[in-house]
Amino acid sequence: MSAAPPHAPATTLLIRPSRGLSALNLRDLWHYRELAFFLMWRDISVRYKQTVLGAAWAIIQPFMTMVVFSVFFGRLGKIPSDGLPYPLFAFCALIPWQLFSNSLSEAGNSLVANQALVTKVYFPRLVIPIGATLAGLLDFAIAFVVLLAMMAYYGHAPTAAVWTLPLFVLLAIVTALGVGLWLSALNVQYRDVRYTIPFLTQFWLFATPIAYPSSLVPERWRALLGLNPMAGVVEGFRWALLGSGHAPQALLAVSVLVSVAVLVSGLFHFRRMERTFADTV
Amino acid sequence: MSGVALRARGLSKRYRIGASQARYKTFRESLTEAVTAPVQRAAAALAGAMGRGPRRVAEDEAHVWALADVSFTIAEGEVVGIVGRNGAGKSTLLKILSRITEPTAGEAAILGRVGSLLEVGTGFHPELTGRENIFLNGAILGMRHREIRRKFDEIVAFSEVEKFIDTPMKHYSTGMYMRLAFSVAAHLEPDILLVDEVLAVGDAAFQKKCLGKMGDVAREGRTVLFVSHQMNTIRKLCGRCLWLDGGKLRMDGPTVHVVSGYEAGLATVAADDARRIEGGNLPAQFLAWDIVEPRGDAPNVVTTTGPLTLRTTLRVSRPIRRGVHGIALYNSENQLMWAWAKYDLTLEPGRHELLYALPGLPLRPGVYWWHVSLSDEGTMLDLWHCVPEMIIATEPLGHPRDEWTGVLNVGCTLEVRREAREAGR
Repeated sequence: MSAAPPHAPATTLLIRPSRGLSALNLRDLWHYRELAFFLMWRDISVRYKQTVLGAAWAIIQPFMTMVVFSVFFGRLGKIPSDGLPYPLFAFCALIPWQLFSNSLSEAGNSLVANQALVTKVYFPRLVIPIGATLAGLLDFAIAFVVLLAMMAYYGHAPTAAVWTLPLFVLLAIVTALGVGLWLSALNVQYRDVRYTIPFLTQFWLFATPIAYPSSLVPERWRALLGLNPMAGVVEGFRWALLGSGHAPQALLAVSVLVSVAVLVSGLFHFRRMERTFADTV
Repeated sequence: MSGVALRARGLSKRYRIGASQARYKTFRESLTEAVTAPVQRAAAALAGAMGRGPRRVAEDEAHVWALADVSFTIAEGEVVGIVGRNGAGKSTLLKILSRITEPTAGEAAILGRVGSLLEVGTGFHPELTGRENIFLNGAILGMRHREIRRKFDEIVAFSEVEKFIDTPMKHYSTGMYMRLAFSVAAHLEPDILLVDEVLAVGDAAFQKKCLGKMGDVAREGRTVLFVSHQMNTIRKLCGRCLWLDGGKLRMDGPTVHVVSGYEAGLATVAADDARRIEGGNLPAQFLAWDIVEPRGDAPNVVTTTGPLTLRTTLRVSRPIRRGVHGIALYNSENQLMWAWAKYDLTLEPGRHELLYALPGLPLRPGVYWWHVSLSDEGTMLDLWHCVPEMIIATEPLGHPRDEWTGVLNVGCTLEVRREAREAGR
């Protein structure tokens, strides 16, 4: 009876109330990395179950938005598109936007949606919004294929800078996760957040140069656009894929800084709120 | 002697009263709190430094201590039961120990890997197949992918749902769902296992299997903390018990003592419900039952194995000519212990005391229920599942080990005599 199991680690776990800023405890998070992937995989495999159109939804949403934009902004509004065919111009920006807005709203609602897990099992709670954010990548990949098809249709080959594309995807993900962390933690306490998210993404959509080019903004103010990290992502996509404008350096630098700031503050805020999640969710 | 697996010191948890209040805090409240909290915290720290305990922090009325200053130590390999009424703090304690929620004060040190089972099937998704859910659920419980793959066949075999393993779980019956859920959990290999009432699922056969598995875990030398309302299970599995009452640790000791004390404690509360509400127009009605001159402190607690007298009160509103009165005793598993009947009973209208003289009730300590009935000329007039329950709180006289506790509580003496023929050789 007295023999300890052979695999017993000699680590002592100390449970006590925490005060002030919590450490991020990334080692614990790393230990549970498989769970983040499992949650992502679950969200993906469940998403289109019992739907008729299935994964086609990943294409329909951005595609229809592109059609609406092309008719109203491109054709009727005569909004310039940097010399590119307007549908291609809009779709190229809508793809990363879709990734961002889906990931953001999934992450924002993730803790509340996984209430049962939060109140019954221990694991680093960060795993939940991370998994939810990453689950948007599959839809993105599907829609991206459509974008490539459109480029072929309009006879546009990707530029040499196409290798930078993953970096812009990463920027979109990091931004979505950063904002998602803030929102998901707030959502636990204030359910208002759930109703705020659709508004937020809608306003954000128009604040981002998706339906219009950033060249509409005077040159000296343009870097300010970068305060919205999604402006950096969208400009980056157009530059790397379609070769519009030149490398958005200043704007991008601002975007990256803002995005990282949001992520880091989101992480700490999340960790701070984490101790009361199980009690208030 | 084995080492310490878990040490809790002054564990306390404070909740706000009224879940809605806590949940929908307004922004204004939060702002006020943000301003005042650091001041309060500083005051608390100061108080702490001056030698007063952390328990003295802002004990205002909007809060309730779900757990108050609970301390105990558990040695490696011990199997400890936690008993207490609903809201006594049992689940809160397990939630703190499994790191789901933080204590408000106090601390606990745990040596080794903790596995907690506060619910079976946490995170199961109805759209996913049994196979997929095993991997998902395993990961949620903290198992590695490799580990799950290694144990996969074992898990499926234990659950007895091989045939449906590739069917979405929404098509499973409740029993199948529970079996699969428990199987995954049962194959966790923690050093310390925290279990909350999860064995109360599934059919009797599967429950038995689960109990067997729990017993194996205990015999393998793992430390187990086990919450249950099933005193039989507690008696069977646990050598030691903690009794929580109103968030405080009321008793800590050998299971037999703690459980008897807990059951006697239950009785004093339940006694308030003992009287039946009188319905005026019923032909006959049993109103109450008790033990005449109980030696214990409550009229439903038996503390002797010797003779005792039981009493029921019966009101009859019409003459009974050929009455049949039955009385039966069931244990908490609804197993009939004893029954007896009186035929050709004649009763006049009015209230009657029925006294039953028994030579003794040599039943093992636990909870029992009396059932009494009265019928006249084949028509059932009243059938009463008596409240409160009867508690037998005698000293156990049988085998000292809990797994050998039977139905009867009978003492025995042994005399060893050498056969005369052999002795004379």
